[in-house]
Amino acid sequence: MFELKIFTASFIADKFVQTFIEEDRWKTFASGLGVTLLITFFAAILGIIIGMTVAVGKVWCYQSGRLKILDRIFDVYLTVIRGTPTLVQLLIMYFIILKSVDNGIIIAILAFGINSGAYVAEIVRGGILGIDKGQMEAGRSLGLSAWTTMRKIILPQAIKNILPALGNEFITLLKETSVVGYIAITDLTKAAVAVQARTYDAMFPLVSIALIYLLLVTVMTWLQRKVERRLAKSDRR
Amino acid sequence: MIDVKNLEKKYGENIVLKNISETICKGEKVVIVGPSGSGKSTFLRCLNLLEVPTGGEIWFEGNLINSRECNIDAIRMKMGMVFQHFNLFPHLTVMENITLAPVHLKLQTKAEAEENARRLLSLIGLSDKAQAYPQMLSGGQKQRIAIVRALAMNPDVMLFDEPTSALDPEMVGEVLELMKNLAKQGMTMVVVTHEMSFAREVATRVLFMDEGEIKEQAPPSEFFTNPKHPRLKDFLSKVL
Repeated sequence: MFELKIFTASFIADKFVQTFIEEDRWKTFASGLGVTLLITFFAAILGIIIGMTVAVGKVWCYQSGRLKILDRIFDVYLTVIRGTPTLVQLLIMYFIILKSVDNGIIIAILAFGINSGAYVAEIVRGGILGIDKGQMEAGRSLGLSAWTTMRKIILPQAIKNILPALGNEFITLLKETSVVGYIAITDLTKAAVAVQARTYDAMFPLVSIALIYLLLVTVMTWLQRKVERRLAKSDRR
Repeated sequence: MIDVKNLEKKYGENIVLKNISETICKGEKVVIVGPSGSGKSTFLRCLNLLEVPTGGEIWFEGNLINSRECNIDAIRMKMGMVFQHFNLFPHLTVMENITLAPVHLKLQTKAEAEENARRLLSLIGLSDKAQAYPQMLSGGQKQRIAIVRALAMNPDVMLFDEPTSALDPEMVGEVLELMKNLAKQGMTMVVVTHEMSFAREVATRVLFMDEGEIKEQAPPSEFFTNPKHPRLKDFLSKVL
């Protein structure tokens, strides 16, 4: 009898009311969703800025053979960030490095942005190295500077090629932010756990947020495809 | 116009160019031939510093270009280069390929550059391709557009690095035709090629390179009919 009860419409309606309507609990979910999106969005932007800088810097150091120190610093950054768990980095940020900062969301944005930057850097670097070196030579032979050629000729082609990998990275980032509850931020996941603690029901809030994450990722994938299609216009024969 | 003094290029222990001295004057059409690995492409690429010499001096229009003080970007604006593999920018249209550099370097306004590009495109019969992307073009069309892209900068000299080696045989003709027209208009040209007919017809001087050295040079009439160096005799007997 119990197994059957789970699937009845009135049971689901009851659970829905209990999880979302009673005590205005939807507001907890809504603000949690807002926090998740806020952290993901700004961490992604920070990740792109750091990643591009490190990737272009590393390629430049490699090709010119200059500023070996800078290259070494970038290497340490990549090794440390990619070699330690994101959650550990977040906790170190919160409890040690930014101990005096009391805005958890800013700490989370910094921690995830710095983390994502390392992965973006390697993706972008791979993209740049994947472009035929004749492209740089053609740009330079026309009198364009190395920087202009990078910006106008190499990066636009590299970004087109790495778009699927970048999309993947930001999807991962969105899902990874679900651990920010550890530093006392109520994101979407923490909101569900909080509601669960009030209603003593685990299934409905957790399955609900799983569906919300799924929906967000679906939207991100759709956006990525759309951009891909736009950038692919020069491939048409 | 171009003065090369004691040019040397080494990759580690491997010496690619040995002590080359050469002068190329305005209006000359110098064709460089030689077996692969002889250093002819490296020599050409040293002229606009795509390869950095490990010794010697390269002077262009009174500037020592392989020195730290030299603004190489400004020098390169005056030296057009055409590559074996065209190296058109695949994410840009033909029009954008041609106008990018002159507009970005503020040599021409966008309108001027586009008008100039249209004039050059109509000259090579590709006006209808202005909005096409390189992907849509044949090899011969790509190379002609690459030549036009270099010409759009109004260079004083054009460097050609095996411009027809990557083309289907049937497309070689159209590219050589364009290069011959360019030569007729008085452009100073340095051409690395395997097209002996082109060397014979267009060159004012043919250089034979082997093992990193210029082993022989002569006007084409003499070069092909009366070669002196045994390596050149051997080379010509294989390619002619």
